[in-house]
Amino acid sequence: MIRRTGYHVAMSIVSFLWVAPILWVVVISFRSFDDVAANGLGSLPHSFTFSTYKSAWEDADEFRALINSLLVTIPAVLLSLGLASIAAYGLARYSIPFRRTILLLMLMGNLLPPQILLIPISRFVELIGYYDTLIALIAVHVGFGLGFYTFVLHGFMRDLPREIQEAATIDGAGPGRIYSSVILPLTRPALAALGALSFTWIFNDLLWSITVIRSGEKMPVTPALLGLQGLFVSSWNVIAAGTVIAAVPTVAVFLRFQKHFVGGLAIGAVK
Amino acid sequence: MTSTVAEAAQPVARSGDQAGGGARRPRRTGPRRVSPLILAFVLVPFVIEAVWVFWPALQGFWLALTSWDGLSAPRFVGFGNFSDMVSDPIFRTALKNTAIWLVLFGGLSVIGGFGMALLLQRERRGVGIYRAALFTPVVFSLVVTALIWRVFYQPDGLVDTVFRTVGLGNFVRPWLADPDTALYAVIVPALWRQIGYVMVLYLAGLKAVDPALYEAAKVDGASAWQRTRYVTIPQLKGVNSVVLSVIVIDSLRSFDIVWSMTRGGPYHSSELLSTYMYSTAFQSTQLGYASALAVVIFLLALAVILGYLIRAFREES
Repeated sequence: MIRRTGYHVAMSIVSFLWVAPILWVVVISFRSFDDVAANGLGSLPHSFTFSTYKSAWEDADEFRALINSLLVTIPAVLLSLGLASIAAYGLARYSIPFRRTILLLMLMGNLLPPQILLIPISRFVELIGYYDTLIALIAVHVGFGLGFYTFVLHGFMRDLPREIQEAATIDGAGPGRIYSSVILPLTRPALAALGALSFTWIFNDLLWSITVIRSGEKMPVTPALLGLQGLFVSSWNVIAAGTVIAAVPTVAVFLRFQKHFVGGLAIGAVK
Repeated sequence: MTSTVAEAAQPVARSGDQAGGGARRPRRTGPRRVSPLILAFVLVPFVIEAVWVFWPALQGFWLALTSWDGLSAPRFVGFGNFSDMVSDPIFRTALKNTAIWLVLFGGLSVIGGFGMALLLQRERRGVGIYRAALFTPVVFSLVVTALIWRVFYQPDGLVDTVFRTVGLGNFVRPWLADPDTALYAVIVPALWRQIGYVMVLYLAGLKAVDPALYEAAKVDGASAWQRTRYVTIPQLKGVNSVVLSVIVIDSLRSFDIVWSMTRGGPYHSSELLSTYMYSTAFQSTQLGYASALAVVIFLLALAVILGYLIRAFREES
């Protein structure tokens, strides 16, 4: 009994310490500039204001940055999962020559350190006239993510029973039909997990954004947050508000898809 | 190409699928063919990845052998960039810091994540909340994480206040601006975010361990520690290799958090290979040398990736 109480006390303290930084930043984001200046960032709040959020939202234009983020993230997630699922379907359900080699190559591409690609990609994007566009950023995310998604979906589709496909074939369904009305619906759990994961990965990206995008008004919210630091040099309350705003979408996706999200992270561990 | 593919006919038999690369086809079931549609299904994504990953990667390796300012044509210098690194003090600092990062960030997140997974593996009241608390930082971007902790580290911020309250006021310093502490001040937030992630991986692994093994060990009189040491840990071999790969790859890729907190400074004291590569490429535009740095990162990652792939594909067949 005492042991169990001790366990819960200890774990509560650890959990509290773990979320404390987040809570603290949320608290600071509601403090006024005068309060922070007078009492310091380490003190308890003496004021309450929404003006910080207004500054971050309007003056720093985080609204536009959020829109940019969604304009990149949503198409990139849909495209990469769509493409990965057709590739995985072909590789898992048909004996295409060299399919193991293809799968291996695709996975290897995703495991490359992105640094090796930065310079060639920024040059390539410039060459084809798409430097500093959101389209370039979408393309990079799709190209770089494909390998991993294909690999995971391949593992999933391969394990579906063969008889389903045979039955559909006997019923006269072609490969396209089998994909869209048999295999894809059965792959939904894996797609949901990868969807939740890739949303946060792409939304949270910094490196690719600052590599292919230059102008401030095209920056997604994650890199734009760094610009906020320059804009509001010591207004840490505004920076805190901006940080909270930038974190909301991924937290929302996480809360909505919690099971899938955690399941997705664990895919690699047990598969 | 098309004709070879048309020969490869049947949908894959799950168990008869041992032949590598599809080179040998066991059991032909009939004159079914791989339709052009299926071929396109595989080739279109493959070509996209080729354009955006394979081709740039090859270019990256080639550029590592050149000297290039981005304006004139790249000049071939052989392995000159790599021999330059030997006498480059910043490179040595970055390499050393990357090694420190690997050991501290990697090692502590495995220990912390595994420990937390052990503490939180049993389903009981409250465990869900504790898990969620530890996991929350994982959903934040590293930039958000960096900013949260920058607020912390500000002079007179919470860290300073806490140090003063417990009587360690002498230790207070500009944590991120002091070359002695900058690297470690960046590792702490990185760990804060990574431990929850590693915990989730281990929780999944622990769930897969057969409970009968614990029962058997318990009956044989094994203590809790012995059960962990001799039952749990050996059973987690597979998860361990995944975690190891993830950690090493993450460490070598780590860029966002350092870039957002210190940009590798002050005086390169928190420079990692990844941040040094980025600033060499896009701030001092020594594109050849930066590519060579990227190749070094690649080579360091390669060993781990190979291990990972070998495991992944052995399980697949």
